[in-house]
Amino acid sequence: MSINRRQFLKLVGVSTVAGIGGAAVFGGLRNSGLEASQTSPDPRSLKGKRWGFVVDMSKLKSDEDYQKCIDACHSIHNVPDMSSLPEEIRKRQEIKWIWKDNFEHTFPTAPEDEYQNKEMKEKNFFLFCNHCAKPACVRVCPTQATFKRKDGVVMQDMHRCIGCRFCMAACPFGARSFNWRDPRGKDDNGRPFIKPEKENKEFPTRMIGVVEKCTLCYERLAKGLQPACVEVSNGAIVFGDLEDPNSEVRKIIAAKYTIRRKPELGTQPSIYYVIGGGEHAG
Amino acid sequence: MLDKALTGGRRYWTWIFVLLAVIGVAVLTYLKQFNEGLGITGLSRDVSWGIYIGQFTFLVGVAASAVMLVIPYYLHDFKKFGKIVILGEFLAISAVIMCVLFIFVDMGQPMRITNVILYPTLNSVMFWDSVVLMGYLALNLIIGWTTLGAERKGVKPPQWVKPLIYLSIPWAVSIHTVTAFLYAGIPGRHFWLTAVMAPRFLASAFAGGPALLILLALLVRKTTKFDPGYEPIQALGKIVTYAMFANVFLLGMEFFTAFYSNIPGHMHPFHYLYAGIEGQGKLVPLMWASSIFAVASLAILVFPSFRKNEKLLAIACVMLFTSLWIDKGFGLVIGGFVPNMFEGITEYWPTLPEAIITVGVWAIGLLVLTVLYKVAVTVREDTA
Repeated sequence: MSINRRQFLKLVGVSTVAGIGGAAVFGGLRNSGLEASQTSPDPRSLKGKRWGFVVDMSKLKSDEDYQKCIDACHSIHNVPDMSSLPEEIRKRQEIKWIWKDNFEHTFPTAPEDEYQNKEMKEKNFFLFCNHCAKPACVRVCPTQATFKRKDGVVMQDMHRCIGCRFCMAACPFGARSFNWRDPRGKDDNGRPFIKPEKENKEFPTRMIGVVEKCTLCYERLAKGLQPACVEVSNGAIVFGDLEDPNSEVRKIIAAKYTIRRKPELGTQPSIYYVIGGGEHAG
Repeated sequence: MLDKALTGGRRYWTWIFVLLAVIGVAVLTYLKQFNEGLGITGLSRDVSWGIYIGQFTFLVGVAASAVMLVIPYYLHDFKKFGKIVILGEFLAISAVIMCVLFIFVDMGQPMRITNVILYPTLNSVMFWDSVVLMGYLALNLIIGWTTLGAERKGVKPPQWVKPLIYLSIPWAVSIHTVTAFLYAGIPGRHFWLTAVMAPRFLASAFAGGPALLILLALLVRKTTKFDPGYEPIQALGKIVTYAMFANVFLLGMEFFTAFYSNIPGHMHPFHYLYAGIEGQGKLVPLMWASSIFAVASLAILVFPSFRKNEKLLAIACVMLFTSLWIDKGFGLVIGGFVPNMFEGITEYWPTLPEAIITVGVWAIGLLVLTVLYKVAVTVREDTA
């Protein structure tokens, strides 16, 4: 059989396309269970099936109670500090992994109640990624840059993220931040967003144009440590395995009235709030 | 056949160079965005998609609308569309190319775009959208090029192209349905969480796309020796009229459900878009302009005697196209983000660099369209 140059080139073209397409499709089918670790795990690492938090609002009284948790998280994760930007730009472009907001904003679909008591109305709540059991962000991500680990952590691979921001549209909790500007860069006055002397060299800084969020301190869990915000919260944030009936979080949930953010959307958030006050069941 | 785009009069070349100049400025602006990040746009953590994604959505509709010529011509043997079906297919090609570019300029890490293919994710609607869009581009390139090539030689198109033409019909519906699913499957964005999103997308596409095609056909007649004919344009006018009524009807459904149910989350985006909330309402004039244009265009289109007057038809098409461009290319996306997930208001308005890049992508689309139409028209002039 002899073929001319034109036929040969056609054949090469078609088989190349088929090859790339085929490999991509079958490669994708194999990846049913995602496992990010490449080395043998640290024996100290914390093991759970569904990590979650219970936030005990009665233990959060002053602004400092909130701020020390926020600082603990943001400093070890090299979250850029954009406070030197003009207020209008900062609010639009800031990165936050953990922050606080009032009841109305935290639970916007809770019944609107003009007669609600003033204390609750003015109280601040901690907000972070809910590490949902059925996360909408994971469902929509076109590259599996955001994925769910077997221990329930909703992870974010900042090296695979293409910056399409579909996850930001999908997340009902506004938990995701996009790097609108270079987080390793400086503001107009030359002030770096991450101060060189404060940079945590053990945690990667991010690049421009990717999405990031709370990753439940996966790097600390791997070393047997609790998440940073939990550690400094004086018991206001309790960490544990929601699938384990004997865990502290489950005991509190069984004993106290707790609420979650937007449960009606079916994402099944793993963050519970105790709003009644008083000591929790220990 | 592409050589036919290389010969043209002074007017043709002036137009080409104007487009190239606009594209040049836009490319430089894009380089600035590439280096400094999407922070140079009006986007924010609350409104994380804007005019780029809006234009993408709108143009998927323009691309899908080619099917409004393909169905009558190939399925119902409506011969009068024989002359203009190629204009529809080439418009689809140009529209899909703009869609791809709008996605590209919206990405934070465009150099990683191949990750969508390297890690195909079957549960992501965006993966499917890229698959169907690429497929649609390939179908229209093959079909358009083959049928026009056959026409140039004065022979019938080869038999193997027929199945592809039939395939292109459900495929056109699929591209806009899947694009609607980008929005309609997201929990917590009340404005988008509606089962009539895909039907409304199709209705507005089948109104806006053919309206643009009418204007292009009139322009082709005016600037070349090829006349698409009076009757095909009239037939398109009827399609535009029916589709626009369907679109306005479906929009009415959205208003009813939101306001009769009285559910705050469903009403808020409409309040924001059409009245403003707490004094914030940058889109209010635009949305009202869109509504007025929609009603005015229908007031012309619904009367056959008005519609038969090509001047009035053209005016109606301009108003209708503008109305849908605002509604779908801008309002649809922003209404999903305002109010935000905390029921707060963060407004969005495109910045100058963002506007320049948007115009630049349109200029690339127009350049592709001009070249393709030049080829098609020259073939027609030669064989006439």
